[in-house]
Amino acid sequence: MIKSLLIANRGEIACRIIATAKSMGIRTIAVYSDADRNARHVALADEAVHIGPAASSESYLRADKIIDAAKQTAAEAIHPGYGFLSENEEFADLCQQNNVIFVGPPVSSIAAMGSKSAAKAIMQEAGVPLVPGYHGSEQEPATLKAKAEEVGFPLLLKAAYGGGGKGMRVVENIDEFDEALASAKREANSSFGNDKMLFERFIRNPRHVEIQVFCDEHGNAVYLAERDCSVQRRHQKVLEEAPAPALTETTRKAMGEAAVKAAQAIDYVGAGTVEFLYDQSGEFFFMEMNTRLQVEHPVTEMITGQDLVEWQLLVASGQPLPLVQNDIQVNGHAFEARIYAEDPDNDFLPCTGQIRHLRTPEGEAGVRIDTGITEGDEISSFYDPMIAKLIVWDTDRERALLKLQRALRQYRLTGLTTNIDFLHRLASHPEFVQMNLTTEFIQQHEQSLMPAKDLDIQRIGTEAALYDVVARQNALTDTASPWQQANAMRLNDAAVHQIELQHQGEVHVVAVEQRGDQFITGEGDNQCSWQVQVSDDQLTVIRNGYRYQRFVCADDQELTVFTEQGPVILHRHKVTDTLVDEAAHGGLVAPMNGTIMEVLVNKGDAVEKDQPLVIMEAMKMEYTIRAGHNGEVTDIYFGAGDLVSDGDELLAMTEEE
Amino acid sequence: MAILTSKVNTRDEQFKTNQQAMQKVVNDLQEKVAQIKQGGGPKYQERHLSRGKLLPRDRINKLLDAGSPFLEVGQFAAWDCYEDYVPAAGVVAGIGQVEGVECMIVANDATVKGGTYYPLTVKKHLRAQEIAERCHLPCIYLVDSGGANLPRQDEVFPDKDHFGRIFFNQANMSAKGIPQIAVVMGLCTAGGAYVPAMADESVIVKEQGTIFLAGPPLVKAATGEEVSAEELGGADVHTRISGVADHFAHNDEHALALARRSVARLNRPKPTELDRVPSKPPRFDAKEIYGIVGTDLRKPYDVHEVIARVVDDSDFDEFKANYGNTLVTGFARIHGYPVGIVANNGILFSESAQKGAHFIELCAQRKIPLVFLQNITGFMVGKKYEAEGIAKHGAKMVMAVSCANVPKFTVLIGGSYGAGNYGMCGRAYDPTMMFMWPNARISVMGGEQAAGVMAQVTKDNLARKGESMSEQQEQELKKPIVDQYEQQGHPYYASGRLWDDGIIDPAQTREVLGLSIAASLNAPIEDSRFGVFRM
Repeated sequence: MIKSLLIANRGEIACRIIATAKSMGIRTIAVYSDADRNARHVALADEAVHIGPAASSESYLRADKIIDAAKQTAAEAIHPGYGFLSENEEFADLCQQNNVIFVGPPVSSIAAMGSKSAAKAIMQEAGVPLVPGYHGSEQEPATLKAKAEEVGFPLLLKAAYGGGGKGMRVVENIDEFDEALASAKREANSSFGNDKMLFERFIRNPRHVEIQVFCDEHGNAVYLAERDCSVQRRHQKVLEEAPAPALTETTRKAMGEAAVKAAQAIDYVGAGTVEFLYDQSGEFFFMEMNTRLQVEHPVTEMITGQDLVEWQLLVASGQPLPLVQNDIQVNGHAFEARIYAEDPDNDFLPCTGQIRHLRTPEGEAGVRIDTGITEGDEISSFYDPMIAKLIVWDTDRERALLKLQRALRQYRLTGLTTNIDFLHRLASHPEFVQMNLTTEFIQQHEQSLMPAKDLDIQRIGTEAALYDVVARQNALTDTASPWQQANAMRLNDAAVHQIELQHQGEVHVVAVEQRGDQFITGEGDNQCSWQVQVSDDQLTVIRNGYRYQRFVCADDQELTVFTEQGPVILHRHKVTDTLVDEAAHGGLVAPMNGTIMEVLVNKGDAVEKDQPLVIMEAMKMEYTIRAGHNGEVTDIYFGAGDLVSDGDELLAMTEEE
Repeated sequence: MAILTSKVNTRDEQFKTNQQAMQKVVNDLQEKVAQIKQGGGPKYQERHLSRGKLLPRDRINKLLDAGSPFLEVGQFAAWDCYEDYVPAAGVVAGIGQVEGVECMIVANDATVKGGTYYPLTVKKHLRAQEIAERCHLPCIYLVDSGGANLPRQDEVFPDKDHFGRIFFNQANMSAKGIPQIAVVMGLCTAGGAYVPAMADESVIVKEQGTIFLAGPPLVKAATGEEVSAEELGGADVHTRISGVADHFAHNDEHALALARRSVARLNRPKPTELDRVPSKPPRFDAKEIYGIVGTDLRKPYDVHEVIARVVDDSDFDEFKANYGNTLVTGFARIHGYPVGIVANNGILFSESAQKGAHFIELCAQRKIPLVFLQNITGFMVGKKYEAEGIAKHGAKMVMAVSCANVPKFTVLIGGSYGAGNYGMCGRAYDPTMMFMWPNARISVMGGEQAAGVMAQVTKDNLARKGESMSEQQEQELKKPIVDQYEQQGHPYYASGRLWDDGIIDPAQTREVLGLSIAASLNAPIEDSRFGVFRM
């Protein structure tokens, strides 16, 4: 058995591997870059070795440094996790040369699956189903039509030298074929001067279904059910589940067996995943095989009750698989939601920043959180912006899905933009609930996945204000001066707390009257009486007798209220936010962190006072930076799309007397 | 621990009657305050707002820390004093917390007669400065005033405690290290120009604030020069060219943010430390004071019941409980601060006066703030008492009160008559802060007594001529005197003339005292040195 393990990875997967290794009594060694000095995986490991600067090309991707670290710590084995060096055959080879066990498949298996076209050829040989198609040189229409009949409909006709959709046709049935072929050829000819055609079966609204396989050195191979990973954005999975819903037992078995066959075709050892395109008709076709542990492996663990990392370490130690196929049971249903620092409203572009507040549903029954992040950590642009994987399990899909929705609402994070609310919208989308899955899901439902617009900001603002007031009062020590009581006391008048909050550029004034332990809002028929309790980020209110909870995170800058419609960020209105202190500077500075949208002037331009110079976006608002006086622009320091920090000088200009 | 017990029965008829009567005067007080807070009224407020300016109370709210209390001073100033309606005397003043620092804020209300200074405006401004100087509170002046009220120039300009004293105070406070900050949010003409000019640091709002010794009309009249107000003394001129002001603000809100920034940089030393313990609320509901005290000053009640509803945990360690017990003295805490309480429980006798003098000396020696709960008709009169020297015993108490150099706080909770007012730290004895309950009355003697004295003098005169007065004639003689005393002794009359710092709801007494004590502790407590006590 392996006694020491170096984990050549970071983040949640490093933490996850360390946890299992420790439970097996294995000494764990982490590696870390400059950016990860204080990372969770470093703290969790028994030992840790510094391997270089933040950039992964200088650290986590440096096979030599990792091998050195293994030697330095006398690590018997290296677990590569996923990403980085996990599917790098040279690295696996290097491990072998240095007598370090690579926890993964043999070098040859990695190589075999490394090239997609070569992999497909091997699979075809082994009888694993591939998307049928015709890529031959015989271009006689009759031949093509005959081949088309073999391939099956619908099919996608493409110009061999084409691109940009030109010469491309979806053909629904054999009757349409001739006409479609003729018109596609015409178009191809006129566009590319070549009318050579190829075609493949067109799989409409396919699903991504993958099989977890495991093989050992003793010739045993099993599959551990399947996962549906259809819901993707930017070709990356965001929401996975196991088992794949609405699959017949026959299909499941057929896919499992095909996957095992695929693995055996390349003499696979260890954990692997065979990905299939699944046609709504029930057919499935090989896409590729991943020769590593997948990000979404926890859903398989949840429904099989197995620890796949433990299996990997056993296999790597030369032991046989712990279970044979018949002993592998599927129990219940699991989901995994990938929580990313990214902006769903802006094409899922990654976001960076510090996690200022983090509360999770960790510890709730059937909820598992795999993460390498703790409150206060920075999500940098150096690495993948994944914050955590939220995994839930319950006895069936419906219950598991409800649990997922609830857990997503309980996942409270501030400081940067995340996809948590988007995940919630996905998980509660009727089509998702109805199991109408496809890899096109997010594009198809773009509109109905948009965030709610009918927010009752006055109400949410009131909750934020109540939290703010009571939290401040709770924070007082019992010897605080009566001046610090923050009770808004006024002589012979009501004590009214007035808070100005900004939401999407609009200022909302919230007034809350305090009468001892009670708060009053509104007037006349709208008058409400509130009782309020605050504990950590939890706000419990009794509003006219109706008791409910909210979670609120407050800091100097903003209040985030976690509502049923997702988190709502309310900025504390500060007059200085909206003013550019032009009098104080000769040039012009960014009023806050943001992005330059447009520079409206050129170097050397003469500008007049109040003329717009630069438009920048910050906090979802546009700011126009204007000239404070007449003068000439002498230099411009930023261009459109550049990120600027609060106080950065944007341009220089002379002052005309 | 000496926890007071209460004998009050809240179901008692008298209690209920008292409660209703007190509730009525408190309601009236609150209604009046609501009206005062409307400043110059909707018309002038709208005009003010349309210029992009904030109302003075909103300015204060934005200047203060979130949730900070605001202890207003002179809320009733000029109430019913002039033919003109001049609510709060056209200037809002009070103590509030800015960037964690307790400050005195003085904000002109331009919606009230253009924020011009009536005699009582001057008096209120000076009183606010006096409190600030006494308590070492930084001053923030939110200036928006047309200056002296010209028709009343003889009452606001020439004398010692007139307009000029404002700048004298600014200079002397600055000299003592008490910061003076001015925010120019409107006119600052003539003498008013010295408020920002004399300030340690000043902010001026663009296109709103102007500072000049003479405005455009006067300039034109004097020299023929035509100039706009902004060109003559606007924000740009004063922050860029003249240096009369330091910080340029884009608008009111910005100016207040800049003022907060100034306060944040003050580097205020820690206030005086007292032996402080955690604050505990009294064991009895403060609202019960209504039912205990009522509004009929002739009905006696036990002042211990009031003390039990004001001090921390109703814990009152009485001093000389069995001696001279018409004066109650003892140690307690308010909001965790140690205080010495001196409270009337009947007329003052020689023993009570001596005990009072002793206790005040004790507190002065120990540097414990004093709280006077004043409900006094006066010292006992009569041959026996004169003979035992009540005058010299009373004098001892007056001597002690006059010279005790600790923070002193006086609350008129009932009658405040005659020499009792002196011994119990009336206005003339420089209490740090002084407040009045709405049921209280203040005059040289009670209206009935005054009328009685006048009737007696008249009768004596008539008797010398061998004449007499009918019962009806006597009533006719007495009535206007009683009426006059009732009117002039009323809290609105008193507070309108700034004989005190404000009328307070009895239920807010503990809160007001706590804030006042805490504010006073920004200044060190000096040693006390007493004069010659007549033995």
